[in-house]
Amino acid sequence: MITVLFVAFAAILVVSSLLVILHRSPVTSALFLVLAFCSLAAIYLLLHAEFIGLVQVVVYAGAIMVLFLFVIMYLNLGQDVESGATVVLRRGLGWLLGAALVAEGALLLAGRLAPGPAAPPALAAAAGAGNTQQIGLLLYSRYLFPFEITSIILLVAMIGVIVIARGLREAAPAEPAAASAPAGAAAPDDAPGEDA
Amino acid sequence: MIPLSWLLLLSAVLFCIGVIGVLVRRNAIVIFMSIELMLNAANLAFVAFARHLNSLDGQVFVFFVMTVAAAEVAVGLAIIVNLFRLRETVFVDEINLLKG
Amino acid sequence: MNGAPLLWLVPALPLAAVLLNLLLGDRLGRRGVGWLACGAVGLSFLWSALSALRLAALPGAERAIVESAYAWMRVGDLSVDVSFLLDPLSAVMILVVTGVGFLIHVYSTGYMAHEPDVRRFFLYLNLFMFAMLTLVLADNFLLMFVGWEGVGLCSYLLIGFWYARPAAAAAGKKAFIVNRIGDFGFLLGMFLLFAWGGTLQFGRLFEIAPHVFEPGGAVITLATLLLFLGATGKSAQLPLHVWLPDAMEGPTPVSALIHAATMVTAGVYMVARTHVLFQLAPVSLEVVAWVGAATALFAATIGLAQNDIKRVLAYSTVSQLGYMFMACGVGAFTAGIFHLMTHAFFKALLFLGAGSVIHAMSDEQDLRRMGGLAARLPWTHGTMLMATLAIAGIPPFAGFFSKDEILASAFASGHAVIWIMGLAGAVLTAFYMFRLYLLTFRGRSRLTPEAEQHLHESPPAMIVPLFVLAVLSVVGGLAGPPLVEGGHPFARWLAPVFASGVHEAGHGGGHAAAPAIPVATEWMLIGLSVLVAAAGIAFAFRAYLWNPETATRLRERLGGVHRALLNKYWVDELYEWTVVRPVYHTARAFWRFWDTKVVDGIVNGVGVTMEGVSAVLRLFQTGFVGTYALLFTLGVIALFLHFLRP
Repeated sequence: MITVLFVAFAAILVVSSLLVILHRSPVTSALFLVLAFCSLAAIYLLLHAEFIGLVQVVVYAGAIMVLFLFVIMYLNLGQDVESGATVVLRRGLGWLLGAALVAEGALLLAGRLAPGPAAPPALAAAAGAGNTQQIGLLLYSRYLFPFEITSIILLVAMIGVIVIARGLREAAPAEPAAASAPAGAAAPDDAPGEDA
Repeated sequence: MIPLSWLLLLSAVLFCIGVIGVLVRRNAIVIFMSIELMLNAANLAFVAFARHLNSLDGQVFVFFVMTVAAAEVAVGLAIIVNLFRLRETVFVDEINLLKG
Repeated sequence: MNGAPLLWLVPALPLAAVLLNLLLGDRLGRRGVGWLACGAVGLSFLWSALSALRLAALPGAERAIVESAYAWMRVGDLSVDVSFLLDPLSAVMILVVTGVGFLIHVYSTGYMAHEPDVRRFFLYLNLFMFAMLTLVLADNFLLMFVGWEGVGLCSYLLIGFWYARPAAAAAGKKAFIVNRIGDFGFLLGMFLLFAWGGTLQFGRLFEIAPHVFEPGGAVITLATLLLFLGATGKSAQLPLHVWLPDAMEGPTPVSALIHAATMVTAGVYMVARTHVLFQLAPVSLEVVAWVGAATALFAATIGLAQNDIKRVLAYSTVSQLGYMFMACGVGAFTAGIFHLMTHAFFKALLFLGAGSVIHAMSDEQDLRRMGGLAARLPWTHGTMLMATLAIAGIPPFAGFFSKDEILASAFASGHAVIWIMGLAGAVLTAFYMFRLYLLTFRGRSRLTPEAEQHLHESPPAMIVPLFVLAVLSVVGGLAGPPLVEGGHPFARWLAPVFASGVHEAGHGGGHAAAPAIPVATEWMLIGLSVLVAAAGIAFAFRAYLWNPETATRLRERLGGVHRALLNKYWVDELYEWTVVRPVYHTARAFWRFWDTKVVDGIVNGVGVTMEGVSAVLRLFQTGFVGTYALLFTLGVIALFLHFLRP
């Protein structure tokens, strides 16, 4: 049962990601990417990584992709024009290299991995706590320092975004900040850009 | 139980699709989206191993990866917006200031 | 180590003065620099005297001190130290060099008083002292060569001291280049000696020489001839004498020090030092004697016709050097060194006196515009008269004893022709030196009005050295009177050095293999020398003082001869056409082809190649991120291939 679900979601994932890179319009690409993320979240759920799966939806699909779409619409991008000799040449070369990479990856995996040991399911449930709680316990004990650093990364990113997006001309401070502070791992709110 | 090799294969395929996206597309934002695909492929591998080795460390890593990815997307898009203001284009093959 | 420790101080003191001059010269001012330079040489002289006394305290046979400063080279078979040798010969040399050098330094403070660049002058002068002292104190060929080259360099620097004058610059170049030709010979000789002897150190080489070299064989003959080539260059003998007269472009103290008393004697010293080798090659000794004699006569004839006061003295120097080599060539090394010493005294005095005259005459150097200066320049006149008598060979002045000994040795060794040439040279020497004296100091005045106005005697700084040298010119010869039983004091002093010689011909030196000449012959020879000298002087008086038209009549009658003498037998022109021009044109041809096309081609070619390669490599720098990403991925794929390998 799980295997079937997995295969289904995997298929959706692969197809939608292919469509991401193939579609002409950036908006459509973004939307397909959302689909891909959601199916990936489902796969996470199948792997008993509930917290991660939910966070995937909330952060990736909910915040990051929204940001993407916002920027695409702000820049008012239309369909991509993908013609011209150099473009075609680069595209062909790209596909070639990509295929080579896939083949290599497959070969690398082929001889090296067995299905792997089956993990005893009892261990996960015996802890008594849910996935979120367990991750929390781990995060605040063993990975406390990286956790704190991550918050600093987010702070720096915020400041950096404001500075960069303000633009080159100091004489135009009234430009609306194009980037909003991204939602952290906590709340899914995205504050609309304020006047700087 | 989903076999580990399937998960890893899926992760590899996803990654390669991301690479192809980076190499093939001209639009900077689409390239960025392909990069997100690559990150997610890595996340998948992490979670797969976390499942199979029965340790939550992999999931914690995914947590951090996502956070950093979010920050990176914000900054990257800010740069692209700036670039657009300067050059009126988001196509990477029209920007070659660093030509040697 | 016994005897005279800290021998290295002798050359080191002038070197220290050089360094101090370089560093602090600006701050010392003109007087300070003069004090520094003279002080250093003066101290060096004192130390030399002290060392010589210490040496004298040792018993005769052991009078040789070797002091090694440090090990210089140890490469394979070659082992060379910076080490100094003090034996009677080098003691004489350092005393002469530092003593006369000191007097000339003092003189220079007066002579160069109006020279703006006096600091550079003393810098070079001290540097020269250092090099010369290294040369004479060296214990091995290589160190001697260092001094050899050093004096050549300083000669170039000092001749061309007023480098803005084209004549001076050209003269400096000529001196250096001609010297180089000689140095080439010196080097080759040195190489040959090392290849066969395995050592460059004098003591060891001279010890093993009779065993390693076949006496009279080709190798030792060639080696010594090459060494002698170096000596001809440095000491201005035929055929490399051409640089010395031109060197008179330099300041007069330079002419006195370098081109009269010290540097030019380096060749003689070298031959004397290596006498063991020369005595193993009789052919070379013959060559030395003949070259010396020929040069002596040759230069004396040219001196007859010159009109520049310094040129006359220059040719006189060449001629006297010829006498020294003549002495060495017939085996009378002691006599040669004796003449070296006395010559240093009176020749330095002559040059300094000439400098005093030139200074008094506001830089006039032409004899034809002098005359009657005796009353106006009493000190200069008096001292120069002493010197002229000395060089003419009148007893009891210094030059008589040394020259007489040389002539007697030549006679006793059986070289009759050489003896006659020496005698002829003596006549001519007396004649032209008194010509110089009479034209300058006696007779009626031929001065220009401006010169007449500014005529003044020189300051004490210049007069005192003249006086000291005059005294030495008078009494200096008494160290070597003839007919002394067992050899005169000077010869006895030098005996340990030359005792190892095979034969020391003549009456005064060491033990002679050839029979000493009988006393009666000795007196006859002395009488003959004095007679010819007196004859020369008398003829000079007749031609230039009592009957001035004699000179003009002679000149008209022997017009062709006179022209040849005035033009120095056109030797310079000969060299110009046969050597200088071909070399120059060859060099130009080489430059046109090899330098501009090949060498420049290669160098530019490298540049062009680099440009080409970078133009190709630049294609990778498209500036497009996409291209970079492609190359990236290519790299990753390649990397993975490595992991796929079984």
